[in-house]
Order: sequence, then structure tokens, then C-alpha cells
Amino acid sequence: MKKTINIANGQGFWGDSIDAPKKLINNKILDYLTLDYLAEVTMAIMQKQYHKSADRGYAHDFVEFVSNSVDQILENNIKIITNAGGVNPYTCAEEIKSKTNDELKIAVVEGDNIIDKIDEYIDSGIKFDNLDNGKDILEIRDKICSANIYIDSFVVAEALKHNPNIVLGGRITDPGLVVGPCLHEFGWDKKDYNKIAAATVAGHILECGAQCTGGNHTRWWEVENFVDIGYPIVSISDNALFDIHKDSKSGGLINKLTVTEQLLYEMGDPRRYLSPDVTVDFTSINLEDTNNNKVSVSNVKGMAPTDTYKVAVNYISGYKANGKLTVTAPYAKEKATKIGQVIIDRLKNNGIIFDDYKIDYIGYNSCSAQSLPVNDNSNEITVSISVKDKVRSKIERFSKEIAPLITNGPPGITGFAGGRPKVQEVISYWPTLIPKDIVKTNVRIY
Amino acid sequence: MKIKLLDIACARSGDKGDSSNIGIAFESEEVYHWAVEKVTPNKVKDHLKGIAKSEIVRYELPNLLSLNFIIKGSLEGGGSDSLLHDAQGKTHAQLVLLMDIEVPDFFSKYIYTIPDLEK
Repeated sequence: MKKTINIANGQGFWGDSIDAPKKLINNKILDYLTLDYLAEVTMAIMQKQYHKSADRGYAHDFVEFVSNSVDQILENNIKIITNAGGVNPYTCAEEIKSKTNDELKIAVVEGDNIIDKIDEYIDSGIKFDNLDNGKDILEIRDKICSANIYIDSFVVAEALKHNPNIVLGGRITDPGLVVGPCLHEFGWDKKDYNKIAAATVAGHILECGAQCTGGNHTRWWEVENFVDIGYPIVSISDNALFDIHKDSKSGGLINKLTVTEQLLYEMGDPRRYLSPDVTVDFTSINLEDTNNNKVSVSNVKGMAPTDTYKVAVNYISGYKANGKLTVTAPYAKEKATKIGQVIIDRLKNNGIIFDDYKIDYIGYNSCSAQSLPVNDNSNEITVSISVKDKVRSKIERFSKEIAPLITNGPPGITGFAGGRPKVQEVISYWPTLIPKDIVKTNVRIY
Repeated sequence: MKIKLLDIACARSGDKGDSSNIGIAFESEEVYHWAVEKVTPNKVKDHLKGIAKSEIVRYELPNLLSLNFIIKGSLEGGGSDSLLHDAQGKTHAQLVLLMDIEVPDFFSKYIYTIPDLEK
């Protein structure tokens, strides 16, 4: 058993830096590299891709990264833990195998994806009420497009017993990518709640990549070398004490404030942070700043987890589009207001009224609403018009109504190089729960 | 003395479904205890006009000298449902840091000096 292991995270979401994993895989001190590709809506997008073509439905960026990094993975003996498999980890694994001449062993974690079982579960009497508003799932049953359980980290540890180069899953929790290797290396018991809680906090700090190393930091002017910002590394020991640090040659900033900001990120009740493995009390954590881009974390307290898993269900609830036009002074705000109103009125005259629409003035108050004083003499404003409806054809009609304003509206309108706005499906999120005892997870070796 | 929250705090915001959360971190016990008294849900609600339209819940994290605010319903559906330009509340923390606050004069020793960023 190792005393301390080093785990880095090189990806905070699908679309994060493609350079970060490439740099980290060359860092010989690492034992594990985690790559987090999933957000709530990502699963629905992947499920839709899978519907269109059975060889899709996973993060293709990951396949590309692995295919180009086989030598480093083997030489540096770094295991990769990732949720890049999305809704189709099997094809993802096969794709990697074929592109790497079968040089890597992959352990696929399965059991999170219940899209094919959810009807059966509903019929058998499982409720799946919406956690936010208590509504009955029968309201949206026929519109469901993805359903994934946030499975526990013990199955990741199980996968690591097979000594793979890659553990590839779908909806493993974000912190679970860090908790799994800790459970495997240190052999903690299911009831070692404080230790599992500490690893969960480590995972939470790492899960958004550079958001703990200077990215999105209030005092951004203190952050050195954003160009080569370092992604985070956790060094964690069997006693569950850990340090957050980064490659000393990289840019960025780690101090008590950058770590605290990330601890608070997307936080609800800090005394009850729920994961499938443990319930964590974030008011117990002690941080110590060593003034050298390193923060030590101790005293994390955990409690028994709940007897349910969270399930992320997504369903298609309609269509939407967003069109933008930019207008300059003189009278930028007045012209912007006119543009928005003319577009909505022209559609109204064609009998098109939307379930919902919104006109924002970017550069004026689109984010700040009425919280800050506005500049009524803006040099330029981008009018952003968003519409939403259950009927697709209404949204298609909207997308044709933006460009004409350039020649038949107020003067000085530009910014239409992108063409007509694209009609998008609205994917709505339905958070719910499933009893733990009916869920079966499994490991499959490729 | 009148200052902005930005002069004594850092903050980060993000989404929790239909709501945003804003975590505000302070650097000393004294400032944190002042904030527990003065940076109330009502004060934040008054400042975030047009954003905080419903209930605000506040949690205290004395170990991190931090307060966590849940701005209920601020994301108008949230995620893909929301038509807001900032559908994930990413900017809410920066906005709250621009809040005017009245602090005791001796707090001048806690004020962070922002460098001249135009240089």
C-alpha cells in the first residue's frame, strides 16, 4: 500500500482545455489522471447523438487524447479515471482499442444508464418525483431522452482491481473520479466516513479543473501566467490528509481564497453535501495556506450516505433560438429597444406568439439587470432576442426574422455574420431519486 | 466608512438547478463576524434587483470565514430551459461584490488594495 498518491484533474467539463491533459500525462509524479467530461445536460446531448448513430454518445475528445498519449500512459504508469464514456462507454472503449493497437487495458463501469429500464421501473411503482418541485414523472414520461444514476465510487475501486490503464464510465460522480482511486489504494471501509468525506472534498476541489488554481478567481490580477495555467494535483494519504498543488513550472495561483471559492462553488446546504458514498459536512473543513501555491486540507467530517442514488433525467420540453444584432450610437439603447420590439411585433402580425421570449441588451444590462447603474449613452449594444415554444415551426419562423432589420430597421445595425439562428431543442432537467438496493453496477474489461 | 464588498471579500457563483448560489469568502474573523450581522439575505436581495426576485437562503461556514447564499428562482428555469443570457448565474458573484456597504472606520486595516489595472 502506498502512503501518498498523486491525482490530477485535466478536464472540468466537455469543452475544457485540450492541452491540460496532454501536459499532465507527462508529469511523472502522477499516479492517476482524472478527466471529467459530464454536466447535467451533457448526458442528454450524448443520448441524442447515440440515437442518431449507435457508434456515438461519448466524448470523442477523450479518444483523440488517449490515442496520442499511449506511450506516456504506459511509460509514466498513470491510470486514467474518466466519465468520458457518456451513454456509450462500450463503443468508446472499442474505438480506443482499435486506435491504439490493443495496447491499453480498459475497465468499463456500467449500470448508471437506465434509459432502457426507466419505463419498467415506473410501471413497477418507483415514483421518480421531481426533487425540486415534487411533480409526478408521468407528466413527462413520453418525452424522456436520458436517465442516468450518479453511481457510487466503490465500483470505480472495483474496476481498479483489474489493473487497467483506463477506468471508463458514464455517470460516475465528479468527485468519485478521485474517491475511487483512494478507496482502491487505501482499502478504506465503507464506514470510514471521515476519510471518504475528505476524498470527496478533494474531488470537489479538483472537479472544475483550473477553477481552484486561479481560474474564475475574484482577484484575477494576482494570477500569474493565465496562458499556461496549471491544472490541480491532489496528494492524499491513507489518513485522508491532503494537499492541493500544481506543477511548479505552470501558471495560475493556489491559496486559501482560490480553494475556498471552489469549495463554495455550486454549494447548497454546506452541512449536508450529498454524494452516493457519504454525506459531507463542509463546515468542518480546515484549510492551511503554505504560501507556495499549496493548500493543506484537514479535519473533514462525514456521515452515512442516504439510501437513495440521485438520478438525472432529461426530457425534451420544446424548442428555442437566440438571435443577436449589434447597434452603435447615436441612440444605441433606443435603437436596440426598437429592434427587439419590431421583430416581436412582426411575428405577432403573422400570428406567432411564443410561450416565452426575452430581449436582452448585451453591454447594457443583460447580466446585471437592475443591480448596477446603467450607461444610457452606450457606444454600442448587442440586442439578444431569445424565444421558446413547444411548436418547432414558430421558432423556425423567428430565425428568418432577424437579418431583415439590417436594411429595413433603424440605422447602423451589424453583427450578422453567423447567419440565421439555429433552432435548438430545449432539454429540461428532472432531478430525482432511486432506491440504492435495486441498482446493479458492474465492471466489464476490454 | 462606505466601501464595496469587493474591498474586503472574494466570491464565486454558479447554478443549482433553477437557483444560483453565491459563495462569499472573507479573510479575517472580525470581518466575517461583521458580515454575519450585516450581509443579510435582505441586503443581498435589495442589491440584486431584477435577479433576486424570490426567497434568499443563507448558510454560514465559520471554518471558511464564508457565507453561502442561495438565490432561489434567479435562473428562470435554469440550464437549457432558461432564456437568460447568464443562465448559470456565473456573473452573480461579481455583481454582489459591487454592493455598497458601510463598515467601521477601523476596517481600513482589512481593506484589500486593488492595483491599477489600466497599466
